[in-house]
Amino acid sequence: MRIPCPYCGERGNEEFLYLGSAVLERPAPDASAEAWVDYVHMRDNPRGPGAEFMQHVQGCRAWLIVRRDTLTHAILSVAPARAARGGGA
Amino acid sequence: MRYSVFSLIRNAFSGHTDWPAAWREPEPRAYYDTIIVGGGGHGLATAYYLAKEHGVTDLAVVEKGYLGSGNVGRNTTIIRSNYLMPANTGFYEWSLKLWEGLEQDFNFNAMVSQRGVLNLFHSDAQRDASARRGNAMRLNGVDAELLDREQVRRMVPLLDMENARFPVKGGLLQPRGGTVRHDAVAWGYARGADQRGVDLLQNCEVTGIRVQDGRVVGVETTRGFIGARRVGLACAGHSSHVAAMAGLRLPIETHVLQAFVSEGVKPVLDQVVTYGAGHFYISQSDKGGLVFGGDLDGYNSYAQRGNMPVVEEVMEMGLQLFPAFSRLRYVRQWGGVMDMSMDGSPIIDRTPIAGLYLNCGWCYGGFKATPASGWCFAWTIAKDEPHRLNAGFRLDRFATGHVIDEKGAGTTPNLH
Repeated sequence: MRIPCPYCGERGNEEFLYLGSAVLERPAPDASAEAWVDYVHMRDNPRGPGAEFMQHVQGCRAWLIVRRDTLTHAILSVAPARAARGGGA
Repeated sequence: MRYSVFSLIRNAFSGHTDWPAAWREPEPRAYYDTIIVGGGGHGLATAYYLAKEHGVTDLAVVEKGYLGSGNVGRNTTIIRSNYLMPANTGFYEWSLKLWEGLEQDFNFNAMVSQRGVLNLFHSDAQRDASARRGNAMRLNGVDAELLDREQVRRMVPLLDMENARFPVKGGLLQPRGGTVRHDAVAWGYARGADQRGVDLLQNCEVTGIRVQDGRVVGVETTRGFIGARRVGLACAGHSSHVAAMAGLRLPIETHVLQAFVSEGVKPVLDQVVTYGAGHFYISQSDKGGLVFGGDLDGYNSYAQRGNMPVVEEVMEMGLQLFPAFSRLRYVRQWGGVMDMSMDGSPIIDRTPIAGLYLNCGWCYGGFKATPASGWCFAWTIAKDEPHRLNAGFRLDRFATGHVIDEKGAGTTPNLH
C-alpha cells in the first residue's frame, strides 16, 4: 500500500502512523456517559471507503486524512488533516 | 458412518472410492428454530454443541462461501491457555480441556498435538512478568513451568541465545499447549453437526436480518428469506457489518493478520516458540513446513491480504531467534480479517434485540478458543443467559467499565 503524501509524494505505508477513524466527533467535556462510550469504544468499521487519520511520522510529520477502501486497499484521497477540519495555522 | 481403523481397512479394499460424503448439502427450509450465521470454526462448533448438549436440531448454519473458508483455515494453529486475567483464564482452560477430548468426541482426526508452548523472556523484568503470569495460571489450575536459560537451550537447540540486544534469559512453558490441524476442526464439527440433523447451508450469504417489534424473526439471504426464532452471529471479521443489518454498532475494528509457511524440512522445532522481544510465534507442521506469524498490519482492512512491511518485519524477528532459518524459502502466505475488539477480549452475549445473539471480538486469539466459544455460545443461545465461563465477555462491558484488557493497551484495536 503506497500513500501519496501531499507534501512528500508517494511513500510506503510503513512510514505512516495509523490512528484510526477520522469521522468520530469528540463530545463536549460535559456530554453524557453514553456519548463518551460511543466516542471511545464504538466504531462504524466501514467495509469499503472510509476516512482515517494517519501521521507521516517518517516524513513531514503532518497529520493527514486518508480516504481509503478497506476492501481493496485503494487510496482514494489524501488531505492535510488541519485543512480538512477547517483549522488555522 | 463412524470413522475407525476398521472403516479404513474396509474402504481400502474398494480403493477408497466408496467413502460417503462427510455431510449433506440440503436445500434451505422456510423456517428453523435457530440459525447460526457463519460456517467457520466458531459457528460450526456452536451448531455442534447446540445439537449435542442442548438437543437443538431444528438448526441451520448459513455460510456465504464454503465451510471453513475464513479464519479457521487462516491461522497458525496454536492452542494454549496461558492467560492472566481471571475472565480469560477459566474460559481458555475450558477450551484446552475440550481440545484434549475433541477427537474422540466428534470422531475426526484433528491432529491435536500437545507439544508445548514456550514464551521466551529476555530481561529480568520480563522474567518477573512471566513468573507472575505462570503463578496466576497455576492458581487457576492451569499448567505452567518457568524455565531458566539452560533448560531453554536444551529444549530448543536452534535458538540464538546470545543475541546482543535481546539475549534469551528463559521461558514460560505451558506443556499442554500445542497445535491442531485447523481445517480438520471445521470439518469435524461440521460432520458432527450434520449427523445430528443440522442443515449446513453453503454459498448462502446473509444480506439482511429481519426484526419485528424488537424481536428477530429471520434472515434475508442470497437463497431467500429464512425464518427463525433465534439467530446467532459468529462472523469473525465481518461482525460489524452483519450486526449493522440489525441496527447494532459494535466496539470492533476489522484488521488483517498475515501468516506464513516455509518449505518443508526435517524435524527441527518440537514446540511452539514465541519471541518475547517482538511479536513472533513459530511451530513446525507435521509436513515439515515452519508455520509462523507476527503482528497485524496495523490498519483497518477487509482485504484478506497484507502488505510487504509486515512480511519483512516478521521475517526479521524470526531470524533474530533462529538465524539458521535464513536459508529457508517461504512458500505460502495468507491473510485473514480479524474482529479486533476495543479491549482485546471477545464478546459472547445476548444483544438488545430479543432472540439475537452475538459471538465476536476474537482478535487474533480465535482459533484456540474455538471449542469453548462454541460451547459457551451454544449455552448462551439455548438458555438465553451467559454461562459462568463467558459471563465476563459481555457486550455492555465497555459502557460499565468492566473491560478485560490483558495487555493494558487501551482502546487501540491495532495494538492488542
